[in-house]
Amino acid sequence: MTAATPGSTAARTPAEAGTRQVIRPYGDTTGDGMVQLSFTLPVPAGERAEAAALQLAAKMGLDPASVVHAKAMGPHFTFFIVYGRVSHLIDYAAIPAPPEREYPLLSAQEVNLAIRSALGRRLVVVGACIGTDAHTVGIDAILNVKGYAGEKGLEYYREIHVVNMGAQVTVEELVARAKAENADAVLVSQVVTQRNAHLHNTKQMAAAFHAEYPTAVAAGMGRPLLVVGGPRFDTVTAEELGVDRIFGKGTTPSEVASYLVHALLPREAAP
Amino acid sequence: MTPQPKLDLDPEAVRTARRLAARAAEPIIEMARTHTTVSVERALLRLAGLAGADADGRPWVNHLADAVRGQVGLEHGVALPVWDALLTGPHESLAELARAAARGRVRFRLPAGDAARAARDAARAAARAGIDRIDARRAERDRLLGQVGDPPHPWIYLIVATGDIYEDIPQAQAAAREGADVVAVIRSTGQSLLDYVPEGATREGYAGTYATQENFRLMRAALDEVSRELGRYVRLTNYASGLCMPEIATLAGLERLDMMLNDCMYGIIFRDINPRRTFIDQRFSRQIHARAGIVVNTGEDNYLTTADAVDAAHTVIVSQLLNERFGHEAGLADAQLGLGHAFEIDPSLPGSFRLELAHAQLVRELFPDAPLKYMPPTKHMTGNIFAGYLLDAFFNLAGVMTGQSIILIGMMTEGIHTPWLSDRDLALENVRYVRDACGDLAEDFAPRPDGFIVQRARRVLAEAVDLLARIADDGLLNAIADGTFGVTRRPPDGGKGLDGVVERADGYFNPAIEILDTEDPHAAARAQEEVPA
Repeated sequence: MTAATPGSTAARTPAEAGTRQVIRPYGDTTGDGMVQLSFTLPVPAGERAEAAALQLAAKMGLDPASVVHAKAMGPHFTFFIVYGRVSHLIDYAAIPAPPEREYPLLSAQEVNLAIRSALGRRLVVVGACIGTDAHTVGIDAILNVKGYAGEKGLEYYREIHVVNMGAQVTVEELVARAKAENADAVLVSQVVTQRNAHLHNTKQMAAAFHAEYPTAVAAGMGRPLLVVGGPRFDTVTAEELGVDRIFGKGTTPSEVASYLVHALLPREAAP
Repeated sequence: MTPQPKLDLDPEAVRTARRLAARAAEPIIEMARTHTTVSVERALLRLAGLAGADADGRPWVNHLADAVRGQVGLEHGVALPVWDALLTGPHESLAELARAAARGRVRFRLPAGDAARAARDAARAAARAGIDRIDARRAERDRLLGQVGDPPHPWIYLIVATGDIYEDIPQAQAAAREGADVVAVIRSTGQSLLDYVPEGATREGYAGTYATQENFRLMRAALDEVSRELGRYVRLTNYASGLCMPEIATLAGLERLDMMLNDCMYGIIFRDINPRRTFIDQRFSRQIHARAGIVVNTGEDNYLTTADAVDAAHTVIVSQLLNERFGHEAGLADAQLGLGHAFEIDPSLPGSFRLELAHAQLVRELFPDAPLKYMPPTKHMTGNIFAGYLLDAFFNLAGVMTGQSIILIGMMTEGIHTPWLSDRDLALENVRYVRDACGDLAEDFAPRPDGFIVQRARRVLAEAVDLLARIADDGLLNAIADGTFGVTRRPPDGGKGLDGVVERADGYFNPAIEILDTEDPHAAARAQEEVPA
């Protein structure tokens, strides 16, 4: 056990002593430290399984812990509900306020309202997987009504007109379509690629758009907003690629929709 | 087992609704009868026994169909050029022919005269052999149902989705031991948009496991084993949807799957698959399902995940009536129509449970002989697993009170992750409690005449009739283009897969369609039943 008492923690950070705010979980009494958890162990139910559950609880910092429920799930697994007192302390004052997303997260109604009042027409989004990547999982998660993580995709937004070009689209086709549709934003997904092809493809795409719109002032002012998404962009910046924004793994449709509102609409229009 | 009517629905309104649905469906059926698709043609090749893929995973059926399309087109079907090449060339099997075609070493032609007659006979024999295999698998199911026993309704339907077939198998067997009557293996995200069926046993998928013939076979064998152990036949479900619907239906028939997700509009609305492609593929897939004794599950529950479950309740009824019409036309019996609906009303709405009961009872009475599939809440599962467990219990209660046939088990961790072993176990404990505590409550549940539930049900039916009248006048394809279902607009010439649609020419020939269009799909099964045991 490495957890310390409140006194010893204070001794280690004297400079901040005045601003510390030590907290622990609350069951029904301040400072009781009580938590509940449930888990499954891959062993048959019985006293030995319960001892294993208690040992796990102890290693997780629960002292004392009690198994309040243990149930066999078939011959090989046991499910537990455990209550216990955690010995860990949290200095709430030392938790930095999380960095704010540069834009507020909006609901579908808020996005629709913002577009309607600022544009007076539907916002046009053209999406595609470029290069040889045939995996439309990413672009479809963001665009298809079906959506992702319980959120509907951009097609669900009444005020967004989505053109999903699918997979293996060439940069020329994408630029031509974006022009033809008068796109406000272009979304490109790169999921599975070999040897940094995703970086190369994206740079090529960005260069083609910048060449196509030579007089553009900024995204939304003379050219479409360029957005790229995929799991392997965490080593580069948007500037290096020549795009306006990179979205990583786990991005949901509402994050993208909210970003489009933030980046493309005059600020006062956002609710 | 026709349920007792409780809503005093106007029989004339019900007849009108069905008449309008038939009128709306007719032009679509006509289109399906006069067109084919790349996947319908590939399904014939699969039925004829062509399986496997090249080293890059591209199936031989795709190679062969593409080669024929490139040289002579598909408007006459693949059958004549393929079996002509087989009869007149050096290749001893479809597999050899496909390999040679992939290397560009086969010259296809559209045979005429005696050559056409010979090709037609050979193709007919190959298709017949495939249909015979499907008939044999259906007879095998009937035999197993007799031997190990068929569980009573409501069937408990559980989902498995690890991405790895070898993890799915023990999970599915565990689910069956815990009480699941139906196991569905969810497909990998995005499979519906692949224009080919992956091959072999697969161990990697995104939030699901690929539907492949080998995965079907492995899972069915594992469930046969556990069915015998439990003394109750455990059904297996997969998805005949997306761009390869006809092929997957065929593989399901060949591997004795028992139920298939197969909705008339789901792919169009939620996956942006071309409407024409979907309807043409669907008719063939449903003819196969009818023949194979497979119960289809329709996807009306999905509309309510996008549209409001109260405002759009009538669109569910409309879609069910359309699914019923398309299903009957393709040969599906009422007992094969697992029409879908869902418990998706916002729980913060006062009276939400009464509204759910009204909708569920309405569906039950409109389709008394259909094995209705009732879907649990998803939209209002917030991540609060405790509140979610309660909502799932109310869903289970609505299910038993209104006599639903197949109950998909809701997970309190819906929307958080694919179900854990413990999630499934707790969900089954929930449904077992409700079933044991009030399994026969439907007998006692009689809504007050002209009360809230009865009036709500009538109103939804009236709205459905109005909408059907509009669809019948404007055309179903236009209604879909206008965003009538699930809010999304889908024009008839948009979406994926339109390039795989081909209008049939005079002299189009597909021996599988010939059999499916002319024979009673249930004749063989009925003949079996009549043999005294």
